[in-house]
Amino acid sequence: MSGYMSGIVAILCINLIFAYGIYVTAAAGQLNLGGAGFQAIGAYAAAWLSSVAMQPIWLTIPAAMVITGFVGFLISFPVLRTRGVYMVLATFAFAEVVAGYLLRSKVFGGAIGMVVPDHIDVPVLIGAAVLVTLAVFYLMATRLGLAMRSIHDDEPVSSLMGVNVRAIQVASFTLGGAFAGLAGALYAHHFSFVEAQYFNSLLSIYVLLFVLIGGTQTAWGPLVGSLFFTLIPELLRVGGSWRYVVFGVAIVLMMIIRPEGIVTRELVARLSPRNWFGGKRPALGERHAG
Amino acid sequence: MPAEPILRVSHVCKRFGGLTVTDDVSFDVERGSRTALIGPNGAGKTTLFNLISGVYPINSGSIALEGGVIDALPSRKRISAGLSRSFQNIRLMPHLSVIENVMLGQHSQASGIVDLLAPVSWQRHGRWRRMAEERLREAGLDVDPDGSVSGLPYGVRKKIEVVRALMSNPRLLMLDEPAAGLNPRETADLSAFLKGIAAGGVTLLVVEHDMSFVHDLCERTVVLNFGRLIYDGPTRGVQEDEAVREAYLGSRRVETGSAGRAA
Repeated sequence: MSGYMSGIVAILCINLIFAYGIYVTAAAGQLNLGGAGFQAIGAYAAAWLSSVAMQPIWLTIPAAMVITGFVGFLISFPVLRTRGVYMVLATFAFAEVVAGYLLRSKVFGGAIGMVVPDHIDVPVLIGAAVLVTLAVFYLMATRLGLAMRSIHDDEPVSSLMGVNVRAIQVASFTLGGAFAGLAGALYAHHFSFVEAQYFNSLLSIYVLLFVLIGGTQTAWGPLVGSLFFTLIPELLRVGGSWRYVVFGVAIVLMMIIRPEGIVTRELVARLSPRNWFGGKRPALGERHAG
Repeated sequence: MPAEPILRVSHVCKRFGGLTVTDDVSFDVERGSRTALIGPNGAGKTTLFNLISGVYPINSGSIALEGGVIDALPSRKRISAGLSRSFQNIRLMPHLSVIENVMLGQHSQASGIVDLLAPVSWQRHGRWRRMAEERLREAGLDVDPDGSVSGLPYGVRKKIEVVRALMSNPRLLMLDEPAAGLNPRETADLSAFLKGIAAGGVTLLVVEHDMSFVHDLCERTVVLNFGRLIYDGPTRGVQEDEAVREAYLGSRRVETGSAGRAA
């Protein structure tokens, strides 16, 4: 694998894990525009534990996940008091506070950033991305995942069905924080350097777009969204600086053509292997006849 | 001693700002009975359903389910207390398939950590899915369980909502206008289906406008008008009742104020 290719694969894996961190809250109906804040906490936690506390990687990465997950847990309480666009703004503000703090803190190197001594390579990133992807696919197939999707559709009715809406929302923010923290820790150890400027608001916007353009209805969404956003700009490189214009137009078109995201449940059902051989699926009566 | 009622609504008041939507409403629903709750538009029927199911808290009075006061119980816990409901405007989850919507109704039955983390969507022959398919079939719903609910006919979606409400094995099933928008054949089917459910031991409390449906299904009727209870008795007596006629048709006397608007 060339350096160029491995660079793309690395960032794709990190973005994918990061996107799943945003996805688990979006699937339950909460939009998190503070992704960069969570990723920064994970990255700096791993960087500090590795470079200052001299801890090994097998400890820094889980610790970064736990710390970011805990921050997600804590932040969910004030954030869940807000709704809709106010929730988007509240999470956005959270990320700005994190970035502002990191830029000014002496412990974390301020604007200079931190060097991370222990390096991890692309295969580890791929392994982590695969594990997180499988975990989210599993989660969405469980009754818990079903409850999350029902909260996304109709919160009051979910509650009347016996779903503990608040507990599931808090759990989604905690898990989402842990995934974003993992993405941050992997970023820190792979690129061996963290600086606050990387974790800016544009990153938060991009990762939320991965999820929304990919689609929040199924776990395929972030996968397709991350591929789309990571690969299309690379493929458009031949077009020089026009690529941003083309990319922007592509995003707008996607929103017009597929407002619910590229991957919807209907699309997954249509492409499912059960439908490959001969059209219509049986209704209940037909299947049990005779 | 008479048997304890399954539901006892006592002196329930609900105000939204200055507007009193239910005013000192009291009635009992006997276990195993089929009771209708009727009244002109804006009488407070759906509000009363929302109060009983816990969508919003009551201002005064109390609501008891099987003898236990449930006023302080959050809505999500009332379903495991044995109370389940449907909605006036169909509230199926648009992004869940038919079977997933029905399986959501099982949530209160499956809240252990093992049940929550079992991959029910992948267990195509698992017990939860089989139970849900069984109930759909009993209801005579011949639909693709993995299909979307959005494209289905109105009557089918209404029935799926009833099936979803049944999945929690309720002892009291509250249906908010189950026959609204159904054609006569569908209405007759629904009535037969609900009689079967009641025969299985489920108490029914039904908000409905279609009086022939009410006559067919419910032996007892409670009538609300402007948030007040104006009739509580056998369904066959309801249309002869003076207060009820006045509420629906308006008073013969020329009156100022609220009563004249009821028609």
